[in-house]
Amino acid sequence: MIPSIDYLLLSAALFSIGAAGALLRRNALIVFISIELMLNAVNLSFVAFARQLGDMTGQVYVFFVLVVAAAEVVVGLAIIVSIYRTRASVDVDDADNLRG
Amino acid sequence: MSWVWLVPVLPLVGALVNGLFGRHISKRWVGWIGCSSIGLALIVSLGVLLDLLARPAGQQLFIQPLFDWMLGAQVAFQVDPLSALMIIVVSGVALLIHIYSIGYMSADSDYSRFFSWLNLFTFSMLLLVLADNFLLLFVGWELVGFCSYLLIGFWFRRPAAARAAKKAFIVNRIGDWGFLIGIFLIYVTFNSFDYQTVFSQAPGALVPGGALVTAITLLLFAGAVGKSAQIPLYVWLPDAMEGPTPVSALIHAATMVTAGVYMVVRAHALYALAPVSLELVAIIGAVTALIAATIALVHNDLKRVLAYSTISQLGYMFLAAGVGAYSAAIFHLMGNAFMKALLFLAAGSVMHALSGETDMRLMGGLYPKLKTTARTFLIGALAMSGIPPLIGFFSKDLILSETFARGHPVLYFIGLLTAILTAFYLLRAAFLTFFGRSRVRKELEPQVHESPPVMLWPLRGLAALSVLGGAVWISGTNFTPLEGFLRPVFADLPLKPEAVPAALGEGSLLIISVLAALVGIAIAWYLYLTRPSAADALARTFRPVYTLLRHKYWLDELYGALFVRPGIRLARFLATVFELRLLDGLVNGVGGLIDRSGGLLRRIETGYVRQYAALFLLGALGVLAYLFLMR
Repeated sequence: MIPSIDYLLLSAALFSIGAAGALLRRNALIVFISIELMLNAVNLSFVAFARQLGDMTGQVYVFFVLVVAAAEVVVGLAIIVSIYRTRASVDVDDADNLRG
Repeated sequence: MSWVWLVPVLPLVGALVNGLFGRHISKRWVGWIGCSSIGLALIVSLGVLLDLLARPAGQQLFIQPLFDWMLGAQVAFQVDPLSALMIIVVSGVALLIHIYSIGYMSADSDYSRFFSWLNLFTFSMLLLVLADNFLLLFVGWELVGFCSYLLIGFWFRRPAAARAAKKAFIVNRIGDWGFLIGIFLIYVTFNSFDYQTVFSQAPGALVPGGALVTAITLLLFAGAVGKSAQIPLYVWLPDAMEGPTPVSALIHAATMVTAGVYMVVRAHALYALAPVSLELVAIIGAVTALIAATIALVHNDLKRVLAYSTISQLGYMFLAAGVGAYSAAIFHLMGNAFMKALLFLAAGSVMHALSGETDMRLMGGLYPKLKTTARTFLIGALAMSGIPPLIGFFSKDLILSETFARGHPVLYFIGLLTAILTAFYLLRAAFLTFFGRSRVRKELEPQVHESPPVMLWPLRGLAALSVLGGAVWISGTNFTPLEGFLRPVFADLPLKPEAVPAALGEGSLLIISVLAALVGIAIAWYLYLTRPSAADALARTFRPVYTLLRHKYWLDELYGALFVRPGIRLARFLATVFELRLLDGLVNGVGGLIDRSGGLLRRIETGYVRQYAALFLLGALGVLAYLFLMR
């Protein structure tokens, strides 16, 4: 059987890639994809722990995360589309109208 | 159980209807609503009186609770002979004044406002006299003061009216301050506001003549001094005639100024324990009566003379209350209500004829044109002077003889002197206004006309009351009807004072007071009808005295220098230095501090989403590190 540590290492790697993408890229769609990556990295670690501990709670949580992520995609994509319509750009650094 | 709650509620409803909807209904209906609410209240009051008379002796007191209030006090009405008499006098006189106002105010554009406030005024006074505890009394007391402010300043666009309204309110507040502290002391002592509780426990709980009861009674009296315009707080009443004349009539006769007398009489159980306070009440009453009468001697403004006459008559009432003749005080209160309302309304009728003129030097010879007004005014003046068998004769003579009989010869002579002066200045006013040579301005002369019937009938009614009202004091037995009626209220007092000294029996006292009135009338007759030049000559001869009286003993100027101007200076200091610098500085400083610290914090909001995310990550890592390290 694959040891849990492998899952966790993969999860950490995916999370780091996601975090780096969210912080470094300027295209809102890429930032968005990176966030999804981070969410799924967390999902992976949940499932790994659930298997190791023989407890279904972790797997149930994954469903919650998936549902929330789906809702977030709906709202987030809608916002990005409307930003694109008004500004003809999805560069996150351009959207600074509320800067103090 | 009883309809008595309707007595104050009906005028309140009238005030609300006219106040809220008066602008949308015709003047005719506004007048009807205003008068009928008071008229119904009068009918209910008479019903209450009949109910009271039907009760067996010893049970002529009942309390109608409406609902609980605070500190153990209820909103409850107490009906006993005293309050029953008061509600009849108040609603009766108020009704006639309301009817008169229909004619007097017919040209005013704020007709509904006037009637609404007039009703509210009557409601306040009825609440005051019906209250069964000191707290509710205080509510009525303040409402009366507030309504007087509204009505004196009814023509608020005139600076003089607005000033007079403010003056009345502020001077009253000074007295009310003492009144309120007196009520606090009562609550601290008795743990109750109820008349019944306080008065029945007073003899046991308070040391007769002790400091506490003296303080309570003096503080209560301070309120009465303010409300009933006695020395040193009478200065607001002469200015109060800036309001429309029916308002003056209402203030001077039925509502407001009689409240102080009523309160002292109501609290007689407390005053009986404080001989020092009673003595002071009597002295202030007598001195006020004299001082106000002397000022009235020389003034030429018809309404102002009547205003000082009111102060003087209130002085008589306090004199009576101070010597312990409470029935006499209430009797004179009732008589004054009829006579003073009559005199003021007649004066209003004269003003109506002369386009608002009040200066008696510009009147004279009006009798042929204003026959009803002149006759009723004369009746009022003669009644007030104490000519038998009018009501003023009975009440004034009663006060004087009681004062003498209860061992206050000095106060008696002050009262007697005042009686001469009263007869003089009232008849002087009558002669100057209605008789002699006409001094009316030429352009007004052709317009002089008698008032409409709606104004004359209240005059006739009040004149009839002034003539016949004395009947309540006529009897062959020891007890007069009014005295017997009021007896249950004063059941805790000894029945009669020690006998009158034989040398000056009641008969001779009576003759003396009638003579005093006749002397005053004779002097007025001589000076203003027989030899009109003599009055001016007299004024020249006694110029210093005349000037002193003309300037009302410079009391207004004295108060101005002592209180008003320092008060204005203090207010200006508070407004410019304290308010602008200190308070506004504090508020602006707090605002500035928040503004500046916000400016500093604003720098971290750069608008770069990725920077926020990085900070977010750092924060999350920080939390994680903290959790690991603290394990």
